[in-house]
Amino acid sequence: MNRARLFIPMAVFAVLACFLFLGFTLRDPHELPSALIDRPFPDFDLPILGKPGARVTRADLVGQRRLVNVWATWCPTCLAEHGELSRIANETGLSIIGINYKDDPSEASRWLARHGDPYDFNIEDLSGDFGVELGVYGAPETFLLDAGGTIRYKRVGDVNEDIWRDELQPAIAALEALR
Amino acid sequence: MMLRFCAMLVAAACLLGASAIDGFDFSNPGLADRYRVLLSELRCPKCLNESLASSGAPIARDLRRAVRRLLEEGATDDEVRAYLQERYGDFVLYDPEFRMTNWPLWVVPPVLLLIAVVVVARVGVLRRRVPLTKREREQVARLLDDDR
Repeated sequence: MNRARLFIPMAVFAVLACFLFLGFTLRDPHELPSALIDRPFPDFDLPILGKPGARVTRADLVGQRRLVNVWATWCPTCLAEHGELSRIANETGLSIIGINYKDDPSEASRWLARHGDPYDFNIEDLSGDFGVELGVYGAPETFLLDAGGTIRYKRVGDVNEDIWRDELQPAIAALEALR
Repeated sequence: MMLRFCAMLVAAACLLGASAIDGFDFSNPGLADRYRVLLSELRCPKCLNESLASSGAPIARDLRRAVRRLLEEGATDDEVRAYLQERYGDFVLYDPEFRMTNWPLWVVPPVLLLIAVVVVARVGVLRRRVPLTKREREQVARLLDDDR
């Protein structure tokens, strides 16, 4: 009898184990690779939160590197990341634009009054239609835009110290190096 | 009591499912059919394995509205799929196209099937009963006789 054949089950097991182990180390299946990286930020024409009658368009975002942060008062993770966003706005002077996503505007204004307002201004997306344009599927999500209005990085989930240090800062440094 | 409660839950769930997909009136009945087919082919980005048709997630509702708007604007089915794929990636397509990056998805299952067929066939060959020759039969008879 061919003794090598006795090792076939072990080999099968080893291959299976490899795949299962990879399954543990793969990224979170809830996190979708962003399809919009290196694409222009979509066009829009929407109201500004807390400024009745005022509207904002894509042209108002271009000209400066910015973070665009999708948030809502119904989103607990948004509150969790709020401190870090405030720190970034205060310490680095990076412009942060908010998109108040599927929210109640008066409640959103109260939320900002209570927790502080790191945003230059907030775009009101009541229906969530602009969120669909942006490929948003949950809040919070944060985009890094270069001065030309192109999306260079996207974070799904909270921006915390680690994300700032390990992902956002390097992404910003890469933009700096390009210039 | 419990039973009635369960029945109510089921009824409510049915209503939810129905409203998820039938909530829209189309200007043209042909669109409604295409809408239904498209929704069953598109995957809700938030829910891992639910189509846009069956999901009750708010994002699925928004995407259904987007699909409806595109259809009303005269988009083809491919254009609707492309619109969502551009924004949410291949994840939203239950039937993604063949590409360099996803070839294992398409190639591995047929290869595994082929391996399985080969293994089964070989095992079958090994185990097939070979009829005894006349000499062997005599030998067996002799051995059995000895036992008696």
